[in-house]
Amino acid sequence: MSKVIRIKRGLNIPLRGSAEKILQTPSRAPEYAVKPPDFHGLFPKMLVEEGDRVKAGTPLFFDKYNEDVVFTSPVSGTYTRLVRGAKRRILEVRIEPDAEDDYIDFGAADPASVSREEIIDKLLKSGLWPAIRQRPYSIIASREDKPRDIFISAFDSAPLAPDLDFVINGSEGDFQKGLDVLSRLTDGDVHLGVDAESTTSEAFNRAKGVRVHRFKGPHPAGNVGIQIHHIRPLNKGEVVWYLDVQHVVTIGRLFDTGTYDSRKVVALTGSEVENPRYYRVHAGARLDIMAEGNVVKEEGVNLRYISGNVLSGEKIAEKGYVGFYDSQVTVIPEGDKPELMGWLIPNTGRFSVSRTWPSFLMPWKKYRLDTNIRSGERPFVITGLYEKYLPMDILPMQLMKAIMINDIDMMENLGIYEVAPEDFALCEFVCPSKIEIQSLIRDGLDNIQKEFA
Amino acid sequence: MKALHNLIEKKVKPHFEQDGKLSKFYRTFEAFETFLFVKGDVTTRGSHIRDAIDMKRTMFHVIIALIPTLLFGMWNVGYQHFQAIGVDADIFEAFWFGLLRVLPLIIVSYASGLAIEFVFATIRNHEVNEGFLVSGLLIPLIIPVTTPLWMVAVATVFAVIIGKEVFGGTGMNILNPALLARAFLFFAYPAHMSGDDVWIYTTLQEGQQLVDGFSGATPLAVLATGEVQSLPSVFEMFIGTIPGSIGETSTLAVLLGAFVLIATGVGSLRIMLSVVAGGLFMGLLFNLFAVNEFMEIPVYYHFILGGFAFGTVYMATDPVSASQTGTGKYIYGFLIGVITLLIRVVNPAFPEGMMLAILFMNVFAPLIDHYVVRANIKRRLKRVTPVEAEPQS
Repeated sequence: MSKVIRIKRGLNIPLRGSAEKILQTPSRAPEYAVKPPDFHGLFPKMLVEEGDRVKAGTPLFFDKYNEDVVFTSPVSGTYTRLVRGAKRRILEVRIEPDAEDDYIDFGAADPASVSREEIIDKLLKSGLWPAIRQRPYSIIASREDKPRDIFISAFDSAPLAPDLDFVINGSEGDFQKGLDVLSRLTDGDVHLGVDAESTTSEAFNRAKGVRVHRFKGPHPAGNVGIQIHHIRPLNKGEVVWYLDVQHVVTIGRLFDTGTYDSRKVVALTGSEVENPRYYRVHAGARLDIMAEGNVVKEEGVNLRYISGNVLSGEKIAEKGYVGFYDSQVTVIPEGDKPELMGWLIPNTGRFSVSRTWPSFLMPWKKYRLDTNIRSGERPFVITGLYEKYLPMDILPMQLMKAIMINDIDMMENLGIYEVAPEDFALCEFVCPSKIEIQSLIRDGLDNIQKEFA
Repeated sequence: MKALHNLIEKKVKPHFEQDGKLSKFYRTFEAFETFLFVKGDVTTRGSHIRDAIDMKRTMFHVIIALIPTLLFGMWNVGYQHFQAIGVDADIFEAFWFGLLRVLPLIIVSYASGLAIEFVFATIRNHEVNEGFLVSGLLIPLIIPVTTPLWMVAVATVFAVIIGKEVFGGTGMNILNPALLARAFLFFAYPAHMSGDDVWIYTTLQEGQQLVDGFSGATPLAVLATGEVQSLPSVFEMFIGTIPGSIGETSTLAVLLGAFVLIATGVGSLRIMLSVVAGGLFMGLLFNLFAVNEFMEIPVYYHFILGGFAFGTVYMATDPVSASQTGTGKYIYGFLIGVITLLIRVVNPAFPEGMMLAILFMNVFAPLIDHYVVRANIKRRLKRVTPVEAEPQS
């Protein structure tokens, strides 16, 4: 087996509420939703009208600027409601499910015997194409590209992240089939990043037809962007694709049964969850089938529901919907109460990487952190800090400054093509100036994409 | 706590809000409010949780680190004064005397600097930055005790406006504001900032007179005249019972502060070590090629003399005006050490070189960073795999 790639810089934020290895299958949710904002840069055009009957796999909308890319219903039922936000932006396409799923048949196929074009067509038609994302820009891949390589991270290192070994349990065959499909899409390699210590699943360690790379180190070692950087960095002009483990499984199932079976395992985590555990649900399930009766409701404590992890997930409502790319839901307390002299008093319930807070004396402690921002935004003052949380050969502060002044050449030179907002999530977490670094990186990516559009 | 918060929110805050009578002072109000309370503001984008650190706490720890030098400085002001007039005073008398001389300097420095900060925060409509909390204490510590108050005010105003606000405020400045204030005094009012008469408070009251043979010269001034034999003992220079700027004399107090900065991670150990390394390198070089007594003095003398220790720990490490890249910090610190000793030993015009060395390297820090960034870009370009030429049709 290949040598271990050690990631030295990073941080595992010690949070309370990681999921116990118990898998439950709740009853069907009263509603499911596909959320266009899950897909960055998407401009949705509806294909169905309210009241239409849909099957699992029926196209709901497509991308105005990329008409091949359709988004399909995860369950069969009735399309009931379109939820719009500011500027009439489409936020949610809601489906009321039938008792049993009725699938559209896209036709089973042996990945070895069909052409690359046929594979791509099948992925596009079934609505699974959006599962494939690309670097640069961290957006849905384009069928015109031929990716240099395809990357999959087989472990999630984010705070309270689901254990993918547990998640893959029982879907090993579909995972391998998914890998077989993907390896037809590139002339390069399919790279699978595993954790040198914690990954035990044979599905990962003995995956066939791919290159397995072993990583060791703290978060963000599990981020696919970090893995790409250490396996084979992305240079200007190159395109690589990447997917989540669970989407590889779904693609495998598509080729095995010919249907879009959107079921996946979602971990319900966070300090405010009474019994954090795993749930097998359809994509876009409403949160309350997992969370109702399972969150701590304290008088006067508001809760923050997050689809995804605490670092780069999306805020959702109490009865919100699990995001397309997310395998985790986190519930933490809101920090909406003012605190007298809160910056000064050495509260042991606060966590900091800085040794100005007592948390460094208690490395064993797990924290219940809230969403308080702690301060208004300040200019850059402290230097040499972000570097410790971005394990890439990239100068984070200089890249951020290049983005702020929209210096395209400098952004390119400093490596913007390699990064995604999530790779900077830890920098944002530790930033004493409270600069919104992830949205800054996204702005930079958007600007550079526009520049070359 | 809740009652206090409600009182502020309901009774005080409305006056400062958009339609209130005092709306012009909103940013000032906000500065005090956020000092008293961490607001209940929650994250809206990006990371949902945030590290507990903020600028207030960071700056507060620098102030804690400055306290040993401040207390010792106050005592030393009194001690030097009573020595000069030949009076035996106990530690409390000496401290009290120093407190009364130093406190006005601190108040003037804070008042004039913070006033400017508040005005600019209001004009630019951003929150008041905490940076000056440190600069405001540094300024009194790096000037002689005899500096007139109006000079402190003028220098502070100059440093904050020209050194910081014209560049965009905290975080954007090129020079260290506190050192700029000192440099301003040094060049605008040289008679008050150098020579042998300014370091010790010798304004005499009736019946007092200076002791015979009183000089008042700092050890560095003594060295510049070549009288190595009349230096104070190493112990005195280390503890700091020597004439000098208020906070700079005690290497021991500075080491205590350095411990705080390094233990909390607020100050850059990398810069401190490289300044010392630079000084060591240059000092040994002088020893090797010594042609006069100043060049022959043991290297460690330089570390316990003048502002070397203070500058290394509190001034060179200012993250905004120092080099911002890791490699850059080594170069930046090392050259500060080298240049300080060069100015001290080789340049006859200035006995002390720390201030000028740091300011000089502040100016060069962006250049150092530029080359470090270029090296990173080059290294990243090198890994590009050559693209195979497409077959010609």
